[in-house]
Amino acid sequence: MHISHDPWVWLAAILTLAIFSFLYKDNPFFKMAEHIFVGVATGYGFVYTWNNGIYPNLLKPLFVEHKLLFIIPFILGLMYLAVVVPKFSYFIRWPFAFLLGVGSGLSIPLAFKASLVEQIKYTILPNPHGMSIGLFINALLIFIGVITVVLYFYFSTPHEGVMKPITKTGIVFLMVGFGASFGYTVMARFSLLVGRFEFLLGKWLGLLSWLR
Amino acid sequence: MLQKKIPLAIVLVFGIISAIQYFVPHPLSQEYYDTMLKWMIGVGSMAVFLALVSFLRHHYVRLKVKEHAPYSAVAILSFLFMTLVGFIGGMGPGSIFQKMFYYVQAPLQATMFSLLSYYMASASYRAFRAKSFEATLLLITAFLVMFSVTTFGNYVPGIPKTLEWIMAVPNMASKRGIAIGVSLGSIATSLKIIFGIERNWLGG
Amino acid sequence: MRAFFIKLANLNRTIIYLIITLGVITPLVVPLNLGQKMSPPTENLYTYIDTLPKGSHILISADYDPSTLPELQPMLEAIIKHAIIRGVIPMVMSLYPEGTGLGIQACEKAKEELGARPDTDYVVLGYKPGFSAVILGIGEDIKKVFPTNYSGVPLDSIPAMKGVKNYKDIALTVSLSGASTPLAWVTYAYTKYNEKLATGVTAVSAADFYPYLQTGQFVGALMGMKGAAEYEYQVNKLLEKNGFEKGKSVFAVRGMEANSIAHFLIMLFIIIGNLGYFLSKKRREA
Repeated sequence: MHISHDPWVWLAAILTLAIFSFLYKDNPFFKMAEHIFVGVATGYGFVYTWNNGIYPNLLKPLFVEHKLLFIIPFILGLMYLAVVVPKFSYFIRWPFAFLLGVGSGLSIPLAFKASLVEQIKYTILPNPHGMSIGLFINALLIFIGVITVVLYFYFSTPHEGVMKPITKTGIVFLMVGFGASFGYTVMARFSLLVGRFEFLLGKWLGLLSWLR
Repeated sequence: MLQKKIPLAIVLVFGIISAIQYFVPHPLSQEYYDTMLKWMIGVGSMAVFLALVSFLRHHYVRLKVKEHAPYSAVAILSFLFMTLVGFIGGMGPGSIFQKMFYYVQAPLQATMFSLLSYYMASASYRAFRAKSFEATLLLITAFLVMFSVTTFGNYVPGIPKTLEWIMAVPNMASKRGIAIGVSLGSIATSLKIIFGIERNWLGG
Repeated sequence: MRAFFIKLANLNRTIIYLIITLGVITPLVVPLNLGQKMSPPTENLYTYIDTLPKGSHILISADYDPSTLPELQPMLEAIIKHAIIRGVIPMVMSLYPEGTGLGIQACEKAKEELGARPDTDYVVLGYKPGFSAVILGIGEDIKKVFPTNYSGVPLDSIPAMKGVKNYKDIALTVSLSGASTPLAWVTYAYTKYNEKLATGVTAVSAADFYPYLQTGQFVGALMGMKGAAEYEYQVNKLLEKNGFEKGKSVFAVRGMEANSIAHFLIMLFIIIGNLGYFLSKKRREA
């Protein structure tokens, strides 16, 4: 057992334990740690955005390289600050409008192709890796599954008559999908806990010989 | 005019031109596309000021409430410290800025989310019940997947193949059905925003 | 017996927490040494990188923050080491500010353990705000999006960036994410520029990415800590073979063993909870 002598590791361990103390109940240690996180994370995000975004991609082209067209995004960007003057706070809608307009316009044809055309194509087309009875059954199951799940979310027609068995089949596929997601979610949640214990037992207390 | 009409006009004009340029292989269209990408990064970066103003305003108000004051003071001081060490001491490997990230921010954030595993264990115990046919189906699939993803599952004949089949056939069909629905919805919403039918983003 | 199960189903949460803690800690302290076998999505990604010509470039986007670190960081480290050992140059970027710090950390490990040289064997591009504009911008000219690397060195003066203009010069892009960011890469990089993509995702969203594997929009994928452990195990074999014992890491492999015990505990909890539920329901009906 080689307990760490690094003050930074000790700081991380104390903060980790402060957050874990919430399992008992909400307390001042947890709250303090929570607020340290909020402050540090905001500072981290701000410094990176300034150094990697605002300066090299906006201020430098405009004020150092004198590319005058950058005055437009600069002014639009400054409009975010209108939020501090309630009378003119509506100006923050302008940069939002720009990002929404360009973002939506650029994404429509691409999203249509990526998430609709390709997905539908590979539901209808036979398996590109060849065809056997097993693969054919799988392809058929995928086809039935996709169609019935899409129809399950079609609420313009009541789920009665011919729609009833279709939507029932859709539910079966949906439940299998949700079950698969839940099964994997357990792994996601415990991985985070495992990560913290690897730190506490290994890096801090030095109990894990396999961890460098 | 300044409050609603101009923002709606900006969305309409930029939205339509940006969608059309995809189908127009002209140098002018390419020039517009390049310019928009650069502007978007610039305007998107500046949004950080909105976050900063909200953060400082929120905690400044709480400084006046005795109960919250110490915590908000800590939040503001942490922010100022991080900003100062970032701008003065640099961001390279070994800098105080990076050390603060590895030993303060990262453990705090990772631990906060790791608490979820305890709550999930407690919820599995109390709420995950086979009350109906659908719930039973979900439970059986979840059990199969949970066992298959364990390292032990690798060594039981047939289990890795069963997991891959569940994930690649019934699960995939259901997730694709949902994805198609979501894409249709998001494309429709994008069109509604461009044409000014959807105006929730304008706020009050 | 019935009363026992009903009582068991109403166990105090503190005891549940304690069992979970012990279940996770025990296999970490006493490793099970079970090994790992690659699943098809992992194998596809491994083989793809393994067969790239020497000197190729891959772009790795660390699109995550510390909230998903235990699952995604081992993936990042293993992919970087795999690429460097194979003579492939990884360029590490992020669409999230926090991803830069994590990317630097992973590259520093490769530098220390494999003797990799920054800006020659790997490049850290860093964070760039703008999301879709960044992904699309790389398709036109990476130097316009990242005029410099993360520490301010112009890309033109970085030896490893010689001959890299856009996706045409990048053999593969891997987006590691705890959210739906890899789908943005599909929409903008794959669809518009035909860029080959792969992904590493947290287990919570693993099931959602299967439709994009079947279409070939992703050439391979690492699914949660299981995917990370499988890749890490395979890279360890490669490191051992090439005399880089020092570079071996078992963070995800051991983590997956602890995870396995936790899975059995959750299954046990669900069984006990359901037994208690059915037995108390029967009692009410009787």
